Amino acid sequence: MAVETVAATVPRHAAAQRLREKLFRGATFVAAILVLTLLGAIAVSLFIGAYPALARFRFGFLTQEIWNPVTEKFGALAAVYGTLVTSFIAMALAVPISFGIAVFLTELAPVWLRRPVGVAIELLAAVPSIIFGIWGLFVLAPVLQHTVQPWLIDTLGPLPVIGSLFQGPPYGIGVLTAGVVLAIMVIPFISAVMRDVFETVPDVLKESGYGLCATTWEVIWKVVVPHSRTGMVGGIMLGLGRALGETMAVTFVIGNAHRISRSLLAPGTTISASIANEFTEAVGKLYTSSLVALGALLFLITFAVIAAARFMLLRMERRALSSV
Amino acid sequence: MSRRLRRKLMNVFALSLSGVATLIGLAFLAAILWTLFKNGLAGLTKFPIFSQSTPPPGGSGGLLNAIYGSVVMTLIGILIGAPIGMLAGTYLAEYGRTARLSIVIRFVNDVLLSAPSIIIGLFVYEMLVVSMGHFSAIAGAVSLAVIALPVTVRTTEDMLNLVPQGMKDASTAMGAYHWRTITSVVYPAARSGLVTGLLLSIARISGETAPLLFTALNNQFFSSNLNAPMANLPVVIFTYAQSPYENWQQLAWSGALLITLSILFLSILARFLLSALGPGSGRR
Repeated sequence: MAVETVAATVPRHAAAQRLREKLFRGATFVAAILVLTLLGAIAVSLFIGAYPALARFRFGFLTQEIWNPVTEKFGALAAVYGTLVTSFIAMALAVPISFGIAVFLTELAPVWLRRPVGVAIELLAAVPSIIFGIWGLFVLAPVLQHTVQPWLIDTLGPLPVIGSLFQGPPYGIGVLTAGVVLAIMVIPFISAVMRDVFETVPDVLKESGYGLCATTWEVIWKVVVPHSRTGMVGGIMLGLGRALGETMAVTFVIGNAHRISRSLLAPGTTISASIANEFTEAVGKLYTSSLVALGALLFLITFAVIAAARFMLLRMERRALSSV
Repeated sequence: MSRRLRRKLMNVFALSLSGVATLIGLAFLAAILWTLFKNGLAGLTKFPIFSQSTPPPGGSGGLLNAIYGSVVMTLIGILIGAPIGMLAGTYLAEYGRTARLSIVIRFVNDVLLSAPSIIIGLFVYEMLVVSMGHFSAIAGAVSLAVIALPVTVRTTEDMLNLVPQGMKDASTAMGAYHWRTITSVVYPAARSGLVTGLLLSIARISGETAPLLFTALNNQFFSSNLNAPMANLPVVIFTYAQSPYENWQQLAWSGALLITLSILFLSILARFLLSALGPGSGRR
């Protein structure tokens, strides 16, 4: 009797275990596939939403500066231009500063100082973007308006060629201010990646530099930087991806004008700022669809940049693994 | 100037610049926090922040409806996003560790991780708001879930990978099935890491504004109806800070202080948990 029970329950128990194994494995697999399909779903839904506008304006959507809700004529050029220029300003300011922070944290700072300073910089990344927005509008913009911008207009304004970038009255808000706020936002991301990449440089390489009487700076510039070039570019592209898609901080300080001005001090707009500002107020199918089309465009641009960044960081990781 | 001196000067110059760069970074953090405290602290005691809903222009009121909405939508977002993310992370770390599919999923997840949040908002608008015909709290929660998902996938995989292979082998050697090993050995061993991941994703989504703008929208009044627009702190800050009314602007600053402090608290707590895990862990 007892023997029978054991013989009967063990296979039953095993079958139940196998079933649970199948179920659990299946659940994790479905969840993983869901992540995969999510990206596809985002792309498809954006392009379906953008279709009416794209069918109406075709390539003109990319080349027209006009953005007129009244006559229902929409072109993305001003928004794309603003997105690219603000991101470019942000990178021009953020890359050198992030590089400096990464150098400080890996080579210069005493060991006891590294962690607190590193954490403080990382906390800057945790501050929500809307906070950067109101800080930019109420604190940074007036400061730029009263000090930096008049100085730029007076000193750089009269110069040929680049002078045209610094014309007009100092509004405070505008393309330049948006670029500065974006720079502050991406500094923690770029410096965190650069720090991690610098730490993967083998000590032997650095020590051989010091063995040849190189200064700290020479070791950084001629040993550490060449060794981590791919990873650095990956980190910069990751920051660029963030700057291109950043919404709330830019919306507060860019001025929201759908036009292309030569001057960096003039108000402009970006793709994300246009969407954030106008989407809930957009009346009519074509207006909404044009905004979604802007979103699809932003999706394409950031996807390309982020994908390139991830590929570079992946290559970097592989090389680090193979050299160990 | 001798070559040696020039090299030395260059060294000092470059390294001082790197110190200056760090100071600049820290100064921005300090400036932002100082502004928040200066403008937001007074409002926390002056207004009935926690007991009354958002006021009409010029009237008096608090942020109760916005705080409630933010908490509810963040919680629902985490409840949807975190379990899926943990399961997917489990697949990547345990079942599909070396599968070619996993490489693709990891890559896609990394792209989702840094995708602009406003794109997520547009996606959920197209999927939910259009088909439901109106803005709703549930749509807002779903958009937050989509943002939390890749964060939990990433942290879950990283944390599970930290569990020593020997522990898993020991469980397998005792005849346990893989699911039993994962739920009874791997998860408990990685618990504080998983909690850290959860905290980080809560911190990430609780300040998100862009995806809520056209999913949850906003609500001037207290509402607990998930099928209707719901007030939330970020959007209230957005609209009130840009308004010309002084009491609204002050409320926006108080809300900003509140939200930043809670997020910084969560981030520091997560870091504390991580360092309790042991040195070196948690680094990518």
